[in-house]
Amino acid sequence: MPYLSGTPRNRLLVPWWGERAALALLGLLPAILYFWYGAHDALGPDPVNVFERWLGLWAVRFLLAGLLVTPLRALTGLNLIRYRRMLGLLAFCYVCLHVGVYVGLDQQGNIGVLVQDLTRRPFLMIGFAAFMLMVPLAITSTDGAMRRLGRRWGRLHRLVYGVALLVAVHFLMAFKTYNVTSVTYAGLLMAMVVWRCQAAWRRWRRRAA
Amino acid sequence: AQTLSVRPGPFQAAERPTPLQDVTHYNNFYEFGLDKGDPAALSARFAARPWTLSVEGLVARPRVWDIDQLIAAMPLEERLYRMRCVEAWSMVIPWDGFPLASLLAQAEPLGSARYVAFESVVRPAQMPGQRNGLDSLAWPYVEGLRLDEAMHPLTLLAVGLYGEILPNQNGAPVRLVVPWKYGFKGIKSITRIRLVESRPPTTWNQMNAQEYGFFANVNPEVDHPRWSQASERIIGAGGFFGGGRKKTLMFNGYGEQVAGLYGGMDLRRNY
Repeated sequence: MPYLSGTPRNRLLVPWWGERAALALLGLLPAILYFWYGAHDALGPDPVNVFERWLGLWAVRFLLAGLLVTPLRALTGLNLIRYRRMLGLLAFCYVCLHVGVYVGLDQQGNIGVLVQDLTRRPFLMIGFAAFMLMVPLAITSTDGAMRRLGRRWGRLHRLVYGVALLVAVHFLMAFKTYNVTSVTYAGLLMAMVVWRCQAAWRRWRRRAA
Repeated sequence: AQTLSVRPGPFQAAERPTPLQDVTHYNNFYEFGLDKGDPAALSARFAARPWTLSVEGLVARPRVWDIDQLIAAMPLEERLYRMRCVEAWSMVIPWDGFPLASLLAQAEPLGSARYVAFESVVRPAQMPGQRNGLDSLAWPYVEGLRLDEAMHPLTLLAVGLYGEILPNQNGAPVRLVVPWKYGFKGIKSITRIRLVESRPPTTWNQMNAQEYGFFANVNPEVDHPRWSQASERIIGAGGFFGGGRKKTLMFNGYGEQVAGLYGGMDLRRNY
């Protein structure tokens, strides 16, 4: 597994943990910045809505970035695999914040509304399903879990393609009309799923032949 | 902007008006773009003068009005109205205008007229949102009211806000305001008002009938398929912790005035 085999440390400018910490910090910057703005009434007239959508958008961006790692290596040879776990965790982190802001700041903890949301509204049910599917992926993102699960780890983490499909649909539904932003992101997410499927198909055919 | 001569009108809301900056920089006006900042940012080139508004169809006296002659002919009132958007946010806006009923009365609707159809302007050269294919609605934007709704004293044609001539991003030079209905009923930059016999098509209803009905009365008990309508975010209430949420009222709090229009109707079906 390339992830565990590590990177030649001597080629890095900063120690490996420093690099990851920097990526995490950089990744959280959009959330921190907007939280600061929102707390100080600098997010415009509808701050909660802006923050909620901002967090959702960054969750999509990090999810997409994580999914791009493998195709990028196959197409260009550029290997960013050592950042993939952090990208996935950032995506999960943004999803948690997105849901947290929805429940806490937007609906202000109104249980009645939340129960209706999760039983009647496909838009929110789909989003919530994606969130739930990401939980086992985040929990099993440690080195220890990867070792313990062995081959099953890879199979479990294929769930991310299900997440990508659900997120694409949720993202498209979040807008009143189809538009450049929603169609582009959803299209890219779907493209990742398709790429993965055809790669698996080719491998399967090779093995069958 | 040009100041209008206005006197205070009836139906003044008790709430504090939303700041002018928010009223003019948080707009849904897809002719200028999808983002709520687009109308303010992209409408400077829009020419709201000269402008004509025609009143036609099933009327005894059809007429094409020049907008400034119309404004001069109608006594203008200020009406502080609550506005509830279907997206679950709300504002309180001091509109300047005149009841739609006074304009319609001058045209003398025929007995056969049962609905009023409104049509907005089409000017892709000045409205960037009308040039894009993908995210586009079908233009022109069209809306409609039942004749009794249109004749209701609350129903306003606004030509200004905060005592000044209507800014482009708010629907210059003339727009509809129906305070007990969701904001999208308030068609902007109107060019044509037509009295008709049968229910006219309306833009959002054609786009997605499941989410947007013809009546679009504010109703906390009938949810939008994607969100609850039971409460609303108050625009301009301050940052995250400004306490900007309140319960939504039936007919946006105008039930006393308008509930009678819908006697015996199932508002869950006629949403």
